[in-house]
Amino acid sequence: MAGLWVGTAALVAAGRRGRWPPQQLMLSSVLRTLKHVPHYSRQHLMVSRNLGSVGYDPNEKTFDKILIANRGEIACRVIKTCKKMGIKTVAIHSDVDASSVHVKMADEAVCVGPAPTSKSYLNVDAIMEAIKKTRAQAVHPGYGFLSENKEFARCLAAEDVIFIGPDTHAIQAMGDKIESKLLAKKAEVNTIPGFDGVVKDAEEAVRIAREIGYPVMIKASAGGGGKGMRIAWDDEETRDGFRLSSQEAASSFGDDRLLIEKFIDNPRHIEIQVLGDKHGNALWLNERECSIQRRNQKVVEEAPSIFLDAETRRAMGEQAVALARAVKYSSAGTVEFLVDSKKNFYFLEMNTRLQVTTTMHTKKVTTSGALIVGSVTVPSPKQRQHTGRGWQMSPKQRQHAGRGTSPAPVLSDCTEPKAEADDFPVTQLLILKVLGIIRFNLTCADLYFKDCASFPLNFQDPYKSFGLPSIGRLSQYQEPLHLPGVRVDSGIQPGSDISIYYDPMISKLITYGCDRTEALERMADALDNYVIRGVTHNIALLREVIINSRFVKGDISTKFLSDVYPDGFKGHMLTKSEKNQLLAIASSLFVAFQLRAQHFQENSRMPIIKPDIANWELSIKLHDKVHTVVASNSGSAFLVEVDGSKLNVTSTWNLALPLLSVSVDGTQRTVQCLSREAGGNMSIQFLGTVYKVNILTKLAAELNKFMLEKVTEDTSSVLRSPMPGVVVAVSVKPGDTVAEGQEICVIEAMKMQNSMTAGKTGTVKSVHCQAGDTVGEGDLLVELE
Amino acid sequence: MAAALRVAAAGARLGVLASGLRAATRGLCSQATSVNERIENKRRNALLGGGQRRIDAQHKRGKLTARERISLLLDPGSFVESDMFVEHRCADFGMAADKNKFPGDSVVTGRGRINGRLVYIFSRAQWLTLVISALREAEDFTVFGGSLSGAHAQKICKIMDQAITVGAPVIGLNDSGGARIQEGVESLAGYADIFLRNVTASGVIPQISLIMGPCAGGAVYSPALTDFTFMVKDTSYLFITGPDVVKSVTNEDVTQEELGGAKTHTTMSGVAHRAFENDVDALCNLRDFFNYLPLSNQDSAPVRECHDPSDRLVPELDTIVPLESTKAYNMVDIIHSVVDEREFFEIMPNYAKNIIVGFARMNGRTVGIVGNQPKVASGCLDINSSVKGARFVRFCDAFNIPLITFVDVPGFLPGTAQEYGGIIRHGAKLLYAFAEATVPKVTVITRKAYGGAYDVMSSKHLCGDTNYAWPTAEIAVMGAKGAVEIIFKGHENVEAAQAEYIEKFANPFPAAVRGFVDDIIQPSSTRARICCDLDVLASKKVQRPWRKHANIPL
Repeated sequence: MAGLWVGTAALVAAGRRGRWPPQQLMLSSVLRTLKHVPHYSRQHLMVSRNLGSVGYDPNEKTFDKILIANRGEIACRVIKTCKKMGIKTVAIHSDVDASSVHVKMADEAVCVGPAPTSKSYLNVDAIMEAIKKTRAQAVHPGYGFLSENKEFARCLAAEDVIFIGPDTHAIQAMGDKIESKLLAKKAEVNTIPGFDGVVKDAEEAVRIAREIGYPVMIKASAGGGGKGMRIAWDDEETRDGFRLSSQEAASSFGDDRLLIEKFIDNPRHIEIQVLGDKHGNALWLNERECSIQRRNQKVVEEAPSIFLDAETRRAMGEQAVALARAVKYSSAGTVEFLVDSKKNFYFLEMNTRLQVTTTMHTKKVTTSGALIVGSVTVPSPKQRQHTGRGWQMSPKQRQHAGRGTSPAPVLSDCTEPKAEADDFPVTQLLILKVLGIIRFNLTCADLYFKDCASFPLNFQDPYKSFGLPSIGRLSQYQEPLHLPGVRVDSGIQPGSDISIYYDPMISKLITYGCDRTEALERMADALDNYVIRGVTHNIALLREVIINSRFVKGDISTKFLSDVYPDGFKGHMLTKSEKNQLLAIASSLFVAFQLRAQHFQENSRMPIIKPDIANWELSIKLHDKVHTVVASNSGSAFLVEVDGSKLNVTSTWNLALPLLSVSVDGTQRTVQCLSREAGGNMSIQFLGTVYKVNILTKLAAELNKFMLEKVTEDTSSVLRSPMPGVVVAVSVKPGDTVAEGQEICVIEAMKMQNSMTAGKTGTVKSVHCQAGDTVGEGDLLVELE
Repeated sequence: MAAALRVAAAGARLGVLASGLRAATRGLCSQATSVNERIENKRRNALLGGGQRRIDAQHKRGKLTARERISLLLDPGSFVESDMFVEHRCADFGMAADKNKFPGDSVVTGRGRINGRLVYIFSRAQWLTLVISALREAEDFTVFGGSLSGAHAQKICKIMDQAITVGAPVIGLNDSGGARIQEGVESLAGYADIFLRNVTASGVIPQISLIMGPCAGGAVYSPALTDFTFMVKDTSYLFITGPDVVKSVTNEDVTQEELGGAKTHTTMSGVAHRAFENDVDALCNLRDFFNYLPLSNQDSAPVRECHDPSDRLVPELDTIVPLESTKAYNMVDIIHSVVDEREFFEIMPNYAKNIIVGFARMNGRTVGIVGNQPKVASGCLDINSSVKGARFVRFCDAFNIPLITFVDVPGFLPGTAQEYGGIIRHGAKLLYAFAEATVPKVTVITRKAYGGAYDVMSSKHLCGDTNYAWPTAEIAVMGAKGAVEIIFKGHENVEAAQAEYIEKFANPFPAAVRGFVDDIIQPSSTRARICCDLDVLASKKVQRPWRKHANIPL
């Protein structure tokens, strides 16, 4: 059994301030150290003190071949690093992933089963078989899937295959919520204060509340779904709350027992990266703030947190280290904390694996820029006896860890540092997860979707408009790597299929700059220059979050999305000048297309007589409002008059490129024309959001007034699949009477179950699906009378 | 009996005379007005069509008038009208009354330009429809007759004749019923005159029909003879006889929409090639479509300015064909990736969806695309898809538009329905069309090319100019399973035999070693290769032995 912590390497300054090359794989460090370690050997940590000397010693011994028990972005990162280090790689894949990027990158690939994860990526037997067949010496689990699976770790140990990750007992201890909380308490880590017993009466409640400190949360012992829950800010409220909650609990659950715990108001989610070795050494490596979440999934991360001060940071770091020591943690891990508005922090949980977003940490580096790369292999008991020593941190690292005052050195997973670490500027970076999401089609108001796993059907569900995964084929895909300070971790390429079976994550987009403002500006730019076609995605939301004034100020919490978008995310709200810019760009594009349509290779038999139009009078419809535009052009420059104000629009007007850089009155904008129809409809991605405009000439617009509104299909009596997926269960049969809102069937897509409900009360006429069917978007599921 | 007939005929002549007299009297009354004023009046009336009331009524139905349609379709200011002063010559049934006479009769004809290129156009108005509608709300044109008068037909014939002599396409915007019953046989003659022009012009100039209203009876055959028939959703119908006659003859209850609406004709009957949302959408799309067409068979396919590099690599194509040969993929994705700027004007997108046909551009030049669609019925060829493909291929061949064929075909669809329906003769049409075509032909076999269908789909053997295979190509008489059942009948180790067959045939080599494909190419290089080939093939010339005309198995 072996463990290996997933190291992170130093963030690099690339000569010029604030202009660093996209960072490479974080895992290099880990695997590099593996080179040092004969795989029968024990533990090892290598510390490089010079950023410039990150390159590993080619004479180091390393694994010959490892198997990566994962897919997508993380598998690609591991393989890339292995390639650099000369380690052969084995990818595993399911049927549907046969031609995916990680499979192509790896030296060998083994199919471990059909598409469902339970039959492939979680199929321990098949993976063990693959290990035997390929004679891989170690397994890197990545994150998710088997990374925290004890059984798998045990199987590997039995075969003497090294598991690159923490050892089993740490996985186990931290995997259990109760045990981890107890352990944390014992290690004197702040946990959410509360009274573990049952509160007898109102006066006792007040006493306990005072002990804990306001605000407190009074909740039913048997509770759930917000019922019997009250927040109290003073004694009076506690008394009232106790009375009301116990009544509610009694009526709702037939059990009036109440608990009290500290109410964390507007908590932030901040996590500390820790590293531990086998000798009880552990150190912490700064924080990442991951407060912006959607369904408990991190959407935006940044480091350093704008909120923490040095003191809090150190306190958190020290507690994180204490916890790591308490569980004898010997790998890389993350300790998650909730932090309230007064900078009180409470332990949430510890992730004993590589994080999706463990990408970088930043901090002003005052030291000579120690770079930590290291690995730990935990020997089997027998081996341990044999060697009697384990991985040990360097004095320098211990110094950091021990001292705790100066947070650990900057870490990143760059493998190609190019600059000296001295004079390292304060850095800021931002990590966004680009997810594939599906839009919630509000026109079929009779279908609601809910995520059964985490949310009850709720009209106030702020996520409903951006909560569903989208699948499809990436018809066009282009990462914004041409921009400075941008890194993209992805496991996809043009033509990749985003299937219903796996995580809908498209990529991780990371930008960094010499300060937060620069990092944010670069992020906005990167999002504008990111081409993703064929699947819907959440770029609009991400771009909106990072320009939101609350976010810019740093006023965020885990409730940010629901607070800021109480009615669901509707896209960017255009200011008047932005709207004029959009209209000017759209009309210039329209005219450019029209002019191009007249450019034929001269046909000698019959001359072409181009219409001579000096001023294009157009009518543009945006959000049901019609705007009058007059555009005229000379060469590539357009003068556009939008609702009375004049704008100059210039561009190359290359109509084939997915990205179009346009200058409007000197302001540079990158827009994407996603679709264009002859009937005047055009979709333009502008400031992250896709706007649908309809552009007609003045004459066509006048005549268009006579066109009749199309009658849309009455969708209340038919239930169609809102997305492609697999039917998990059908709860009705023909002849059944269903009430409005009643569940009719459940569709699973991307590990999410979506309950399909009846749009009206009626009798089931016919059922067109059965459990196990694969359905496409818009497929008829059930018809009502 | 004969005497009675003669008497009747004499009576009719008298009637004509009488109406002539009435007309003369009217002429005398208006003697005072000067010719110029009369011209002005006539022009004004002609421009008003059936009058403001009728224009409003037309708008109320979500439809545009004949002139509005023309103004939207053509470049601004380019329309040159002809025959504005023509009036119908019918005197019966009160038709001679002034209120039933309109300058220009019920059709606006002339010429104009679309994106600078010449086109002849006729826009059949709806005035009589309105007269009739006023009498009865229902719109059954077979019962009430229609509005094609002799004068009307004459106008259409005139511009068609001109279009043929000049060599420019004709676009007909149709919004009128069948024959004008009041005119009797003269109306029928008018139809035939138009039919004759349609046939004469066929293969000489592109002819496009846009159905923008009801079109019934004999009137439907003119669109049917043209190269492309487009419809407007919800407001246009095409049928031989309306629902009332259907009810009385076959006792079927059917609505106009079900019987001959845009959906019926674009999904079930295959009569129409595409449907658009409304008049404005249809006319805008028609402008777009017109840009793909050459003006006549004397012109080569038009080349429009193109921003998409001809040597662009398309990496996404390298993974598009699934490894399992049973798994479907969308051929339209391949087409979009290969052509200029992902612009593809699909013809008959909702009919016989197992074959895809349509226009696109490669390095600016219009090309006709034919592709099997593995997503629908595995991309097999059946009766409907063969006919759909054949007609498209013949159009491209007639008008010098190069053909690009993407092949993934498991064969012809078996079964009694197909055999009884005549798959043999219908399938032969596609075979015939590809074999007959002398335009540049480039073929890309993406995956399956089995059996006779392989031959049919623009194979090397039918004079394909350049035939490529992707590494995923499987060119064989049939799939492994079927083949093994025949070859190794009775053998025990079927699996081994299948594996052997797959090893031998489920790859592009058997065809490549025989020169039946010119090269095995990386999918990502497909666009670059095709663009390069088309440049070379632009000067392709093929001589065929003289014949009056070929005899396609109709």
